[in-house]
Amino acid sequence: MARALINIPQKAKRGEIIEIKTLMSHPMETGFRTGLDGQLVPRDIIEKFVCTYNGEVVFSAHLYPAITANPFLSFTTIATESGTLVFSWTDNKGETQVQTASLQVE
Amino acid sequence: MQKDDLANPGMLSVLEGEALWNAPAGQSQKSCASCHGEAGQSMKGVAARYPAFDEKKQSAVDLDGRIIQCRIEHQQAPAPQRESRELLSLSAFIGKQSRDMPIAPPQDAKLATIRAQGEKLYTQRMGQLNFSCAQCHDDNAGGHLGAAPIPQAHPTGYPLYRLEWQSLGSLQRRLRNCLSGMRAEPIMAGSADAIALEAYLMARAAGLPLETPAVRP
Repeated sequence: MARALINIPQKAKRGEIIEIKTLMSHPMETGFRTGLDGQLVPRDIIEKFVCTYNGEVVFSAHLYPAITANPFLSFTTIATESGTLVFSWTDNKGETQVQTASLQVE
Repeated sequence: MQKDDLANPGMLSVLEGEALWNAPAGQSQKSCASCHGEAGQSMKGVAARYPAFDEKKQSAVDLDGRIIQCRIEHQQAPAPQRESRELLSLSAFIGKQSRDMPIAPPQDAKLATIRAQGEKLYTQRMGQLNFSCAQCHDDNAGGHLGAAPIPQAHPTGYPLYRLEWQSLGSLQRRLRNCLSGMRAEPIMAGSADAIALEAYLMARAAGLPLETPAVRP
C-alpha cells in the first residue's frame, strides 16, 4: 500500500492515558463511482485496522466505503509498560501494511 | 489540522515528494538532490517567489513548470504530467521548505506585464453567468456563496489538500473549479493564462505567510 504517519508520545508515565493518532495514505475508492470511461472504478478500500500493544489488541476498526480517502484514526490507550505498538491496515485485496512504533514507559 | 504535521493529510504527499526528490530519475540517473542537495537549504524560499520570469523561454514559469523543465533538461526524464501525483508531491515537498515564509514575488519588470494580463483576466467578466473573479473575491470577499465562505483570492497554500477533493490539488485545479462554476471555459493547467493569473494572485498575496501544504474544506 502506501505510507502512514503515526503520532504517539515517545515517553509516558505508567498508568497514563496516551493518545495515538494515525494517518494512512489510501484512496479509499468506494467501487460505486464511474471513471472517465464510464466504467466502474474497482473498489479499493482498507477494511480493517488493528493496533496491538505488546501483542494485545488495544484498538481495532472496520472501515467501510463511505470513509474518506487517507483515513485518520485517533484513539487512546493506557501506558502499562515499555514495548512496541504494531499498527496494521488490511485492504479488500487482502494486502496488509504493518508499521511499528515504540513506547517507553517510566 | 493544517499546523499539525501528523494530522495534515497533505504531509503524506510531502513525504512522497521527499522520496522522489532523493530518487534518481531519467537517463542521467541523477536525483533532484544530486544537483540541489539538501532541500531544506537549497529550496528554502523558492516557492515563495514563483511564478518567475524565465529568460531562456522569455515567459513566466510557475513552480510546477520549473520542475517539469528540470526533469526534462537536467535529468533527461519523461516530463511529468501536470497535476499528476508525482508533480504535485514534488511541488508540495518544495513548497513545504518555504512554509511560514512571506510570499515574495520578484520585482521583475518583465513580470509586470504578465501580472497585468493576469489582472485583466481577474477583472474580466466571463462565462454564461457573466461574472468576473473580482466580483466575488474583491466585492464580496468575506460573504458566502451558498454555505461556502468567499475568500480574498490569496493562493497561499498550494498545492493544498482539499477535503472535497480528498487529495492534493494545484491552484490551477482550484481555478478550474471556479471557472466551471461561472460556466466559463476552464483555463488549461500550465497555459500562459493560468500562469498570468497565478502571477497576479501571488502578487496580491505578497507578504502573507506561505502555508503549503494547506488544508481547506
